[in-house]
Amino acid sequence: MKFGIVVFPGTWSDRDCYYSVHNILGQEAAYVWHKETDLTGHDCVILPGGFSYGDYLRTGAIARFSPVMEAVAEFAGKGKPVIGICNGFQVLCEAHLLPGVLRQNDHLQYRCQWTYLKTENTSTVFTSKCHKGQVLKIPISHYEGRYYADDAVLKELEDNNRVAFRYATPDGEATREANPNGALNNIAGIVNRQGNVLGMMPHPERSCEDILGSADGNIIWESIIASI
Amino acid sequence: MPVSKETLDEIALSRKEYNLIVQKLGREPTEVELGMFGSLWSEHCGYKHSKALLRLFPTMGKHVLIKPGEENAGVIDIGDGQVVAFKMESHNHPSFIEPYQGAATGVGGIVRDIFTMGIRPIALMNSLRFGPLSDPHNRYLMGGVVGGIAGYGNCLGIADVGGEIYFDECYSNNPLVNALCLGIGRVEDLVKARACGEGNLIMLVGADTGRDGLHGASGLASRTFEEVRELRSAVQVGNPFMEKLLIEACLELARTDWIVGMQDCGAAGLTSAMVEAADKGKSGLDIDVQKVPRREKGMTPYEVMLSESQERMVIIVKKGYEDRVKALFDRWELHSDIIGSVTPDGLATIRDGSQIVASAPVEILNTPPVYRFRPKRPSWLDKLQQLDLAKVKDISPKKAGDVLPKLLASPNICSKHKVYRQYDHQVGNNTVVLPGSDAAVLRIQRTQKAISMVTDGNGRYCYVNPFLGGVIAVAEAARNTACSGARPMAITNCLNFGNPEKNDVIYQLQECIKGMSHACKKLKIPVISGNVSLYNETRGVAIFPTPVVGMVGLIRDVKHHCSAGFKNEGDSVLLLGDSGGGESLGSSEYLELFHGTVRGSQQIDIEMEKRLQACLIKAVERGLLNSAHDCSDGGLAVALAESCILGNTGFKGNLEVTGRLDAALFGEAQSRAVVSVSPRATRRLESLAFKYNIPVTRLGSVGGSRLIIKGYIDLPLNQVHNDWCNGL
Repeated sequence: MKFGIVVFPGTWSDRDCYYSVHNILGQEAAYVWHKETDLTGHDCVILPGGFSYGDYLRTGAIARFSPVMEAVAEFAGKGKPVIGICNGFQVLCEAHLLPGVLRQNDHLQYRCQWTYLKTENTSTVFTSKCHKGQVLKIPISHYEGRYYADDAVLKELEDNNRVAFRYATPDGEATREANPNGALNNIAGIVNRQGNVLGMMPHPERSCEDILGSADGNIIWESIIASI
Repeated sequence: MPVSKETLDEIALSRKEYNLIVQKLGREPTEVELGMFGSLWSEHCGYKHSKALLRLFPTMGKHVLIKPGEENAGVIDIGDGQVVAFKMESHNHPSFIEPYQGAATGVGGIVRDIFTMGIRPIALMNSLRFGPLSDPHNRYLMGGVVGGIAGYGNCLGIADVGGEIYFDECYSNNPLVNALCLGIGRVEDLVKARACGEGNLIMLVGADTGRDGLHGASGLASRTFEEVRELRSAVQVGNPFMEKLLIEACLELARTDWIVGMQDCGAAGLTSAMVEAADKGKSGLDIDVQKVPRREKGMTPYEVMLSESQERMVIIVKKGYEDRVKALFDRWELHSDIIGSVTPDGLATIRDGSQIVASAPVEILNTPPVYRFRPKRPSWLDKLQQLDLAKVKDISPKKAGDVLPKLLASPNICSKHKVYRQYDHQVGNNTVVLPGSDAAVLRIQRTQKAISMVTDGNGRYCYVNPFLGGVIAVAEAARNTACSGARPMAITNCLNFGNPEKNDVIYQLQECIKGMSHACKKLKIPVISGNVSLYNETRGVAIFPTPVVGMVGLIRDVKHHCSAGFKNEGDSVLLLGDSGGGESLGSSEYLELFHGTVRGSQQIDIEMEKRLQACLIKAVERGLLNSAHDCSDGGLAVALAESCILGNTGFKGNLEVTGRLDAALFGEAQSRAVVSVSPRATRRLESLAFKYNIPVTRLGSVGGSRLIIKGYIDLPLNQVHNDWCNGL
């Protein structure tokens, strides 16, 4: 299958995503410049991490107006998988492809560390290879990663099983201590109503090899590959 | 009309230097020329006080491709057509005045030094020094500096893999902020920082030019710290997003054949970028300041030429390729403007429209005087180097268990994770050993190879004994490198010292350089780049002489690398090296913390050091070691505790103490490492150590949930862990 990796000015995990899906998982991959408007030929679109447009104004606020975003919305509308990682998650929220926002971490510091994610929903194209409750070791790296939404949205997410991943202890307990940024309900990743758009703050592309500390991110990529 | 003293002071030139300029030019310099001389002849750009001493460093090695001073950073060959470029630079003065922007632009500058060469920056490190955090101003400085490094570096997508942080009263109001950047690329993509080829075009790319950073090189870096408080306008403001775009665009450009050279605008802005590039290319240049896009109105040619506005690059474009280059930058939404051309006359001609405002020979501009000094050994050194052990009461066995937690919680020893967790240390998918071990290890994608990176420098040792302090700075960096299983390849350095016009400071500088050179020669590690930061003093009191070493090592097979934390329950723990006697307490963390004194010289046997490192590397390459940790600050007890904490497991063992107990536990004797091996491999390690003539002592074994050195220390691991984690 072919992954399209969107590159905004200021994106930096484009290269890591490419390396992981192409060199580790042996899939076709291509960079998609933010000015492109046609995503034909791609089976999955990745919005990678970074600081698109310097994250000036507000994270993801400028990137959502890039020409490619209309094509991404159309692509998602057809039910094809779109995964937004870190800054990509922020862009998806700004573009209203996912509900809620990512606010500054509650401790007001950037945080780069390993986190443990409890898989809450295994019926999406991104998590089908996980077993229910499986804990994935995947790192975060962000300043604005505290998921926030109003009560109604939060309830809708929880009621409809749209929380894909929650920050947890290595044993899978979603405790306050395991929450690295103050995200509501320990939310690390959510999907849209149709289940084909995933936004997550942790970086699965950074955990695809044991030598780097974890290969758990592969489960997400392999789930996507299996869905096509 | 003779120039006024005030004018000369502003650009930090002496009357004698002014007269030399007049003599060389055969006339009075114009205002713009004088400003250019002031910057180019500053210590920061011209190294006039340190150049003679810097020549002592060994710079040759069969894998050295680019030596110090040749390009923006040194380059080594790591085989398979791959090269590694790295350099360290200081931003002490700006960081004191405006910590966030000072540190941020320090990162920006060192990153530009790497990608200017056509090499992709992949890793950053920082070596920081502050005064005690009990002073709120020091806390403010540290918060700002760390925030600036994180804010700028994280935005670039370059892994910041740590470094070190030390605290001492001497750095109060005089913080040290040294940043190291390392890049990796292919030998054929290397770009030179030269301007040559008559008619080739000079293009300025990136940010517009403003008044920020005027006199950064001549004004800030040549003054002591109490003088610079008022010079806030001399600190630049960084835009990391612009830098990120420049990285990508310039690396793309480096792979074309459209350019002859590339140079970043760092200290002294356009002046040094242009003059240095023209000097390297043995050419002249002709630029018109009116073509330089401005951020503000009414700037004079002088201000344009000396602005240190960040995120600007000078590109020397082959004639006829300018449209292609412009299109490339347009794609990255970056401005690019032709501001002049390369000439064959060897003159730096600066125009303001139709008027010529400067026209001086490039060679004269770029050849500052080199000063030699008669360093004098300070009389107070003798006393400082003596440590009367009779006056230092040894600890009783019962008290050892109280000392260790306090040492672990001391700011110089405790965990710095609260700092480096604010840096993105994993971007790039290369980081194998994260910050917090002896050395960071980054694998090289699509190969079996990996590199290690470390920074090291103990100002206290250098204060008490500048020569041995210099030796130890290199030796310890190499030991940390060896503990990761890497072979040391080369070093960069930042030499942070006081006012060089003082005899004792120039003595410290000379002796530290001699010591470092001695160690480099013995260990066969060339110096490939570096930077000097002088005038680090406040109210007449200089900082400790603080040379910082940045070392890069090569691991042939990343499968065989090593880190500091214990790995497996039941592993045997051994000490490689000799713990010596009471003299190992000299200048130690323990002595300062518990006896309130900094004195007594550490000793080092460089031949023993060399054998120890060879033994460590061989042991890792043979897959014998499960962990290796340098025994340094805080001594053996601290090293054992750290290996426990990092491995999240306990230790139980014995220590045969024949002399002083404090020295045995907390002495900082050099050339030692704590290693763990599987019980089956213990004999093999011992025979390897025997072969290298390294003393080896069995200490005990890994396991349990306590740290036990029988008869002296028995502490629960979680307490040890908490003390160490919450020191800052």
